[in-house]
Amino acid sequence: MITTASPACRYGYYPGCSLMATNRAYDISTRSVARELEVELVELDDWNCCGATAYLPVREKRAFVLSARNLALAEQNGRELATVCNACYVVLRKTNKYMAEDSHLRDDIRQALQAGGMDYSGNVRVRHFLEILVNDIGEARIKARVERALSGWKVACYCGCQLSRPFDDLDHPEYPQLMERLVGWLGAEVVPFPLAAKCCGGMAMTTHPETGQVLTGKILKVAKQRGADCVATACPLCQINLEAYQDKVGRAVGAPCEIPVLYFTQLIGIAFGLPPAALALADNLTPLEPLLGEKVTS
Amino acid sequence: MQTALARELCEEFLEDVYALPHGEKLKQCLQCGTCSASCPSSAAMEFGPREIIASLRAGMLDRVLNAKTVWLCVSCYSCSVRCPAGIPLTDVMYELKRLEVDKGLAKDAPGETMAHAFAETVDRYGRNAETTLLRKYFLRTNPLHALAQIPLAIRLFVRGRLEILPRKIKGLDSLHKMLAAIEENGRR
Repeated sequence: MITTASPACRYGYYPGCSLMATNRAYDISTRSVARELEVELVELDDWNCCGATAYLPVREKRAFVLSARNLALAEQNGRELATVCNACYVVLRKTNKYMAEDSHLRDDIRQALQAGGMDYSGNVRVRHFLEILVNDIGEARIKARVERALSGWKVACYCGCQLSRPFDDLDHPEYPQLMERLVGWLGAEVVPFPLAAKCCGGMAMTTHPETGQVLTGKILKVAKQRGADCVATACPLCQINLEAYQDKVGRAVGAPCEIPVLYFTQLIGIAFGLPPAALALADNLTPLEPLLGEKVTS
Repeated sequence: MQTALARELCEEFLEDVYALPHGEKLKQCLQCGTCSASCPSSAAMEFGPREIIASLRAGMLDRVLNAKTVWLCVSCYSCSVRCPAGIPLTDVMYELKRLEVDKGLAKDAPGETMAHAFAETVDRYGRNAETTLLRKYFLRTNPLHALAQIPLAIRLFVRGRLEILPRKIKGLDSLHKMLAAIEENGRR
C-alpha cells in the first residue's frame, strides 16, 4: 500500500505547558520533523493548561472546562488536534468522551464556556502526533525521507502509560506497537521491551520519591538488560523522569541505569539528517555522543 | 471519624461514584484482585484498590480515608483497562481524592499538596509553570528537600530549560468567568 500523493496534512497543535521550557526540545523536534514531512501544525492561539492529571483530584468539572476551552479553540479552526504529551492527550480525549456520554456534564461545560464567550459542540478529534505519523503519514513517506538510517542503533521504545491507556483503540494497552514500527522504519533495531507501557511513576517522582525511583529504575534497568543503547520516549514527564535521576534510581533498584534518553521525534530528526539545533539535542541531560559519534553543541 | 457519619458519607460517596461515566459498574466487582496486582504503586499502599472497593461496599469509607493510599495512585489506568467488570477504577480514585480534598482529610498527603499547588498555579496563570509549582510544593512540604533539587535545577538552567517567570494567557479573564460559572454547578 504505497502512495506518493500527500493527503491534506494540517492539524491544530496543542504543545502543552511542559513543552514551553523544561521539555522545549520535544516541541522544537516535533515542529522540525513535521516541517520535513510537510505536515502543517497550527498552534492553537492562546491555549491554556489541559488540567493534566493533577487538576482532576481537586475539581473534576473545572478540569474538564480547562480542557474544553482548548477543544473549543481547535473547533474554531475546524481541524483535528495534535499533541505530543501523553497527559494532554488523555485529558483532552477524556473530556471529549465524557461530554459525549453525559448530557448533564456537557450542558454544564458548554454553559461555562459560553460564560467566557466560547462554545464547543464536541466535534474535535484529538490525536497523538506519534499515531498521526504512523497512521496518516505512513511508512513510505517516512522511509523516503530517511537520510542517515539508524543502523546499529538498539532502541528501547518506551511509550509510557497514557499513550494507550485508557484509550486502547489505536494501540495495545500493555504492549504498544506504534512506536516500535516507526523506529523500525528509521533503520534502528528495536529491542524487545516488555515494559513499554509500564508507568514511570509520573508525579510520584516528586511526591513519593521512594516509589517513583523504583518504577523509573525498573524501566531503565530492563532497557539496559535487553541490550538497548538508548530509550525513546513519547511523553515530557516520562522523559524528565527517565533522564534526570539516573544515579538515584540506579541506587534504588541496585542496578546500572545510565542510558541516553531521547524523544522519539529527536530520533526521527537524527535519521532525517537534521542538524542538532533543529532537534535541540543539547537540551538532553544524558550524553548522546556515544550514539552520534560526535559532540553535541547548541 | 464516627461510624454513623462514616456510613452516611459512604452512601453519599457511592452515589457520586455511580454518577461517574460507567461508575455503576462498581456494583459488579467480583473481588478478583486484578486491579491490585496491576497497580505499580500498590506495594507502597497500606492496601490496594481491591480492598478499597471491598471497604466501600461494606460502608467502611473511614477505613479507606484513614489509609492514605489513594494519593499513591499515579493514574496509569492499568487497573481500569484490565478490570474484567469494566470498573473505571482510576476515576474512582480521583473521586476519593476529591472527597478527601473536600472534607479536608488529606492535609499531610504530598499528592494533595502537589494537586493544590498545581490547581492554584493554573488558576492564576491559565498555564502550569513548573518552577512556580515546585517552589510552592517544597515550601509547603519540606523546604529542605528543595535543596536536593538544586543540582538538577542548575543542569536544567544551563540548558535554558528553567522558566523563571510564569506567563499568563491572554484570555485569563474569560477563563476565570468559565471557571466561576462551572463552580455554580455543584461540587464534582
